[in-house]
Amino acid sequence: MRSFYGTDLPNGFMLGTAQYPSPAILADAFARSGACVATVSLRRESGHSRAGQDFWAMIQALGVHVLPNTAGCHSAREAVTTAHMAREVFGTKWIKLEVIGEEDTLHPDVFALVEAARILSEDGFEVFPYCTEDLVVADRLLRAGCEVLMPWGAPIGSGQGLNNIFGLRAMRAHFPDVPLVIDAGLGLPSQAAQAMQMGFDAVLLNTAVAKAGDPAAMAEAFALAIRAGQLAADAGPMEPRDMAAPSTPVIGKAFLT
Amino acid sequence: MKIELNGAPLEINAATLDALLSEAGYDGAVVATALNGEFVPRSLRSAQPLTPGDRIEILAPMKGG
Repeated sequence: MRSFYGTDLPNGFMLGTAQYPSPAILADAFARSGACVATVSLRRESGHSRAGQDFWAMIQALGVHVLPNTAGCHSAREAVTTAHMAREVFGTKWIKLEVIGEEDTLHPDVFALVEAARILSEDGFEVFPYCTEDLVVADRLLRAGCEVLMPWGAPIGSGQGLNNIFGLRAMRAHFPDVPLVIDAGLGLPSQAAQAMQMGFDAVLLNTAVAKAGDPAAMAEAFALAIRAGQLAADAGPMEPRDMAAPSTPVIGKAFLT
Repeated sequence: MKIELNGAPLEINAATLDALLSEAGYDGAVVATALNGEFVPRSLRSAQPLTPGDRIEILAPMKGG
């Protein structure tokens, strides 16, 4: 497995913690998935509610790496402040940097994203930027200090899979040494397998598992697909071709007509 | 004095951010704080004075994708 800022992960499964029917089902989904990274966030809480404290205790008990996000931020300044707050609360330099630029698609504001990534990288953060397959933006993010990129597969929560296969394949080919994570838009395990087969290093998903009829079973299905795709990528897939090529030897075939 | 805590107006006695956390019931909670849009680290809360009209955010761990 690829190293993420010096951390070697046992598999390529990063799983979100939102939208599950109950905390018990969330824990079950993590147990059956073997996911090694959990995404979390920060939100307002009154002094008399301890929901956030209970949630944090449960996440810590999972024994996984924690990746806080800046979900919902719409400016570099807001994202940077949120990242600082997350670093103190969760005790990690990792930050999933999201700066939203458009509401219908949750397309990242790539200009603010690069600006925030630079500020945070200079301040010692290890930034996981939620971006698109745009190669120029990807290059700017790397120059800003990012050592991991997280292109979307499709808009967050859409379950559309890999919307731009060509663009993602080009990104993989263009940055062969950069850990790349498909973040967002996956709906089915086959799409996760496809991403891993293409050489991506991990997938990050949430809704596809949390909103399944049986989230824990779906989590396991994704884990198997990610493992299958990873094995296939490592095994070296054959080159596709336009015409048929017989797999059974032609030499030695009987002459029976 | 009157401040705004997590978007809601609040009348408080506390003069510092640290004292406000106690007054508002956050003792012992894992939270992060911001004052008027700027992060205030835990170590600086006791030295952070409050003034009327301040906007304070107190954030706690939450589920996320």
